[in-house]
Amino acid sequence: MNNLINSYFVKTHKLEISITIIALVLFLIYFLGAPHVFTRFPIYRAFMQSMPFFGIIAISATFVVTLGEIDLSFPSIVGITSLIFGIIMTSTDGNFFIAFILATSLGMFAGLVNGLLVTKIGIPSIVATIGTLFFWRGLVNVISQGSGIAIVDVADGTWHHMIFVEKLFGKIPMQFIWFIALTGLMQWVYRYHKFGNHIHFVGDNKASAQMMGINVDNVKIIAFVQLGFFSALAGIFTMYEMLYFWPTQGEGLMLTTLAAVFVGGTSVFGGKGTIFGTFIGVLIIGSLESGIVALGLSGFYVKFINGLMITVAVTVYALIQRRKN
Amino acid sequence: MADELLKLENIYKNFGNVKVLKDVNIKINKGEVVALIGDNGAGKSTLIKVITGVHTPNSGKVFFKQEEVQIKSVAQSRKMGIEAVYQERALCDQQELYRNIFAGREITNSFGFLDIKKQRKEAEKILRDYIGFTSKAITVDSQVMGLSGGEKQGVAFGRSLYFNSDLIVLDEPTMGLSIQETEKVLNFVKGLKNENKSAIFIDHNIIHVYGAADRFIILDRGEVVGEFNKEDISREELVQKMIQLHESGKIKVED
Repeated sequence: MNNLINSYFVKTHKLEISITIIALVLFLIYFLGAPHVFTRFPIYRAFMQSMPFFGIIAISATFVVTLGEIDLSFPSIVGITSLIFGIIMTSTDGNFFIAFILATSLGMFAGLVNGLLVTKIGIPSIVATIGTLFFWRGLVNVISQGSGIAIVDVADGTWHHMIFVEKLFGKIPMQFIWFIALTGLMQWVYRYHKFGNHIHFVGDNKASAQMMGINVDNVKIIAFVQLGFFSALAGIFTMYEMLYFWPTQGEGLMLTTLAAVFVGGTSVFGGKGTIFGTFIGVLIIGSLESGIVALGLSGFYVKFINGLMITVAVTVYALIQRRKN
Repeated sequence: MADELLKLENIYKNFGNVKVLKDVNIKINKGEVVALIGDNGAGKSTLIKVITGVHTPNSGKVFFKQEEVQIKSVAQSRKMGIEAVYQERALCDQQELYRNIFAGREITNSFGFLDIKKQRKEAEKILRDYIGFTSKAITVDSQVMGLSGGEKQGVAFGRSLYFNSDLIVLDEPTMGLSIQETEKVLNFVKGLKNENKSAIFIDHNIIHVYGAADRFIILDRGEVVGEFNKEDISREELVQKMIQLHESGKIKVED
């Protein structure tokens, strides 16, 4: 047992192990408290259906948070890219490729704007992205004039609808498969790609990273651009699931998404983080609402417990961090 | 001159309205150790950052191995054979040693994915052969955070030797080090000469500088105000010059 605790893997994965234990305990509570719900498949299908929409963004946002930056504008990027996707789909009679390319390009452009504001103009990311949060949402309102767009006629029953959101073997929602695959890919990039490596160094110490020959500005810009891309992708997934665009689409994603990143153990101070942790964070945050209700508590507790989880988690991580120094 | 390695001609550097470097001319030969001395704000750090590509000069020419070059980035200066050893700032605290050693020039495959195995193996070699770390507590997987100042400096030196550079730039290499660690660092600097490598270093401590350098360049408010070869000036005279500069703002040059 002692050997296990002192092993190399355990030492280097403390954070991942703690977060996994927290998630297991939480699910055990659900399981014991509401066995009639949690011993049956539908609740898990519901989780697999709903978690990927913010999960994909959370995975991608982990890169930005590891930089020591933040992006608050992604809910509106989801909005504007979904709107464009809806408009192109309906006006081209369901041309998926054009709609997909334009929507994701717009997402990357929005990310580029954030990146340039932060690096070249020098606005702190929290301020810059509040600006773009309002800007893109405002543009959604202006273009849509407050009305929704139905894509059911051009999307339902198509092959793209099938690969995005239909159920594999009639049970497992496709978006969850994508979510798992993207998590794996991004974990790999985060730990083993040059870009992920540079993300860690820039987040750790910008000045040192620069002196070691890392192009700090480019690393930041690319991080915001990829978040723009994945926000667009999350928007497209939502469009296929709902088959409808509504002008507030994406609102309400902000807190759950960032909460998943922070609960997952990525350092608010930058330089350290884990994609796996964010994935577990998504499972925790994404299951709280149904879990709490299934346990028989009133829905009023949801925000309260959510807040408690986040506050306790970031406090614990900050303390771990301080002890190390 | 055949053995000239680096020459800076009429270098100017401004930050906004502040003129940090004014018409700086310096030369470093092969196998020579040059010390840059001067008060805070004299422009020493800016000057070495011009050499390492962190800053680009507003005007002036840079020659390396007798060819005119424009050093636009750290990556470029490294490729040319200039390696910087910055005091603690050279390393990122929360990252592993093997990642620190290769930061900015990772060993990757053609898709940009790191060859972790090779990086760890090479880092191991650097720790053992170039730095002589024998402590079991420090491995290639250690975070930099746990290292002492001297150990960090050792890693930075080991890195510069491994990448086989011609000119090593040292920014305050002895700051915050214990006496034994300082001794090690200075021996390292002296050892460079035997390999016909050159070094330029900044240090506040004239006593350190005097022992290790061949030539002294004194900077004051962005200008070179004095240049002495070791054989022409004793340590006491050099100290006197610095005190004089500090008090009167100029140096008497008697020749």
